Amino acid sequence: MSNETNAHDQTLNLTIRVWRQPTRLAKGSFKEYKVSNISTGSSFLEMLDILNEQLVAQKEEPIAFDHDCREGICGMCSMTINGVPHGPLQGVTTCQVHMRHFKDGETITIEPWRARPFPVIKDIVVDRTPLDSITQAGGFISIRTGSAIDANIIPIPKPVADRAMDAAECIGCGACVAACPNAAAMLFVGSKVAHFNSLPQGKAEKEQRTLAMVKVMDEAGFGSCTNYGECQAVCPKGNTLDFIAQLNRDYAVAKIKRFFQSTGKKRAGA
Amino acid sequence: MSFDLNARVPAGPLAEKWSSHKAHLRLVNPANRRKYHVIVVGSGLAGGAAAASLGEMGFNVSCFCYQDSPRRAHSIAAQGGINAAKNYQNDGDSVYRLFYDTIKGGDFRAREANVYRLAEVSGNIIDQAVATGVPFAREYGGLLDNRSFGGAQVSRTFYARGQTGQQLLLGAYSALSRQIGIGTVKMYNRHEMLDLVLVEGHAKGIITRNMISGEIKAWNADAVVVCTGGYGNVFFLSTNAQGCNVTAAYRCYKHGAGFANPCFTQIHPTCIPVHGDQQSKLTLMSESLRNDGRVWAPNSRELAARVLAGQLKPADITEADRDYYLERKYPSFGNLAPRDISSRAAKEACDDKRGIAPGSGLGVYLDFRDAINRLGESKIRERYGNLFDMYECITGENPYKVPMMIFPAVHYTMGGLWVDYNLQSTIPGLFVGGEANFSDHGANRLGASALMQGLADGYFVLPSTVPDYLASTGLGGAPSIENPAYKEACEQARERTAKLLAIKGNASPRALHQKLGNIMWEKCGMARTKQGLTAAIEEIKELREEFWKNVCVVGENDTINPELERAGRVADFLEFSEIMCRDALLREESCGGHFRSEHQTDDGEAKRDDTNFAHVAVWEFQGSDTPPVRHQEELKYEEVKLATRSYK
Repeated sequence: MSNETNAHDQTLNLTIRVWRQPTRLAKGSFKEYKVSNISTGSSFLEMLDILNEQLVAQKEEPIAFDHDCREGICGMCSMTINGVPHGPLQGVTTCQVHMRHFKDGETITIEPWRARPFPVIKDIVVDRTPLDSITQAGGFISIRTGSAIDANIIPIPKPVADRAMDAAECIGCGACVAACPNAAAMLFVGSKVAHFNSLPQGKAEKEQRTLAMVKVMDEAGFGSCTNYGECQAVCPKGNTLDFIAQLNRDYAVAKIKRFFQSTGKKRAGA
Repeated sequence: MSFDLNARVPAGPLAEKWSSHKAHLRLVNPANRRKYHVIVVGSGLAGGAAAASLGEMGFNVSCFCYQDSPRRAHSIAAQGGINAAKNYQNDGDSVYRLFYDTIKGGDFRAREANVYRLAEVSGNIIDQAVATGVPFAREYGGLLDNRSFGGAQVSRTFYARGQTGQQLLLGAYSALSRQIGIGTVKMYNRHEMLDLVLVEGHAKGIITRNMISGEIKAWNADAVVVCTGGYGNVFFLSTNAQGCNVTAAYRCYKHGAGFANPCFTQIHPTCIPVHGDQQSKLTLMSESLRNDGRVWAPNSRELAARVLAGQLKPADITEADRDYYLERKYPSFGNLAPRDISSRAAKEACDDKRGIAPGSGLGVYLDFRDAINRLGESKIRERYGNLFDMYECITGENPYKVPMMIFPAVHYTMGGLWVDYNLQSTIPGLFVGGEANFSDHGANRLGASALMQGLADGYFVLPSTVPDYLASTGLGGAPSIENPAYKEACEQARERTAKLLAIKGNASPRALHQKLGNIMWEKCGMARTKQGLTAAIEEIKELREEFWKNVCVVGENDTINPELERAGRVADFLEFSEIMCRDALLREESCGGHFRSEHQTDDGEAKRDDTNFAHVAVWEFQGSDTPPVRHQEELKYEEVKLATRSYK
């Protein structure tokens, strides 16, 4: 393994202004740290690793932040860099931001996702479990293990499959919520709804799914979409407002159908 | 406790073993299922699918993961695809062929019956995944598309762009979420398993640390299913997620579960080269890229030196001066030679000083020029767009214009906890699924087979075999949480945590981890020697001593403490790595990803020794101060003939 920095990489000296908050209930504040000799080939999180090693050497608690795969797919990393969730580049997660996009001497401000349904647990770490709750309410196709029909029995036109795949790329990071002035989760929910509702396998539960997911989304305290479009600007997977439009459409249809729905039977206690 | 290595492979013809075995497994009456509590550790493909399936059957399941959501397990990072013997392409595929390719790909070091079962259920996995809404790539006719992967001459790999693992995991996660919503599965995020609890020799619970509050707690259960992935992070740099670790599996080993073939690790040939010593992880470029990319290095040291000096661009190197070494050495498989072979060939070129990555030289080209000329940039973009974007994002270079640079990196571990045909370890009631077990890939895993195995274990094997064990335990329920075994295990975990925090030395867990990684990569990596491994064992011992004297864990237990988390994991890596080296040392042959320089053919290929090593090496813990004992499970091949593995 190489122990030196690549010849074409430069090094940076930076000031990192980062949100420190010891616990959920504690009051947080920004603190400033200096880091030096950061290779432009390093990733943003590697820069934070170096800063943390520096803090540890001074027996100071390192900055807590969520991260795991470091290849842009697990959705764990979640930082607002200079005011923008996932930082200055379009279509990437925090872990895929590399230091070549920053200037020597720059001050970089790092904050956690800011949204009421995502309380800060510590420093940059927030609680995103409401996104799981929404999925648990309806983000699935009900199918028992082992009872599936042959995968090629239902042909799915390529454009339909491609649209479902486009929607399904969502990594559940929550940047859309953090970017939205209303803290709306509609790009997240819209993506999941568009993924399942577009596919023939998902049609049977289409209305139930849409209503159930929206209900839990509202209960969790997420706001509504008022078409700012900030969510699509920061989505690391490039998901767009189209999926919110589909969510609104499917939700309206489901509501109307429910309104006119009759079982055709007398119901006890009704 | 006796060390029982009976694989319990059912009798009968290979093709009928699984169906006849399933027909004889004991069942639990639907009304009784909720009385059994099953703990599943890990929420990846194996753990997530197992928890969802067992919950759906009516068992009372608790599932634990260290991430903030089960959707983030590292299965999510698999890019290229999943194999299945559907033969949708009419190219001669069959269950038998997938079985044979997998066992040959593993260099004849896997258990025949397990591998056959894997191939047998592969088709059901695709059906199940499609039914859960996994948006696999399709052709214009609406039917599923396939591509080719290494080590096979058929197209049997199903894929969802370059995000197949993500989509399959989200399928399992959605099934799991449904069960969590219904209430059959209780999910515990941000919980790390610190220990296993045995009651009367059976696995009856675990100890966890709540990674937010620091609470260390015991959980009782009727059975424990461990699906906690592989141990590639023992090398510090790998394609694994940062949190991947061996702790859960290693704790099971310390309680008497056999650890099989720990030296079998996979070095993946196509990763982005290391850029410097600030690097925290390596990024894989999917094997699927080798469908269209051609691997090459300059054919002389002089040319390579000029590239490194910045005097020459790859495009300036003429066709005659390029060595497409995989096509040259393995004409029938070409760029799709299996991973172990392709990795070694890259190392060979770089050892010959023909590598071209800036700084270290450790890299070769993966070139799409010819494919772009043949198919057009848009076709290549459609096939691999997200991978090309990822490459550009990391390296700052546009792979549509210049060839990618790649170098092998640690990717997967074939070794794992020993399991029998039921995926039960040597500890009754402890089941192991996915990468955490050793069962299906032998000495080398073929591409697109990890997703297949994770889901086979999770959806189809564990939901049949775990109930069989539960039925055998009667309806008495799990031991009471008041049983002293739980309290004792909790106390031990607390003491260990306190000990880590109390050392207050000067070396960070990360720095010590990096040191360990260097030892392992240099001496237990792509090429291993007796001398190197012997030295590694001593160096690891010294490093372990340094760790327990000088580690510095800043902060407290009762909060999110990434230093404490890493320290605990590194402490286990420091013990486990020694077993890896011992295993590599005693396996005096080369097979698959295990290459002992002393054992090679005249043209540098792995030289297997079937007379002495056609077995699984299973390590048994003997106590902290006593070296572990190596046992053997002989591999009996009834169906296939052991052959020299050739891809020429």
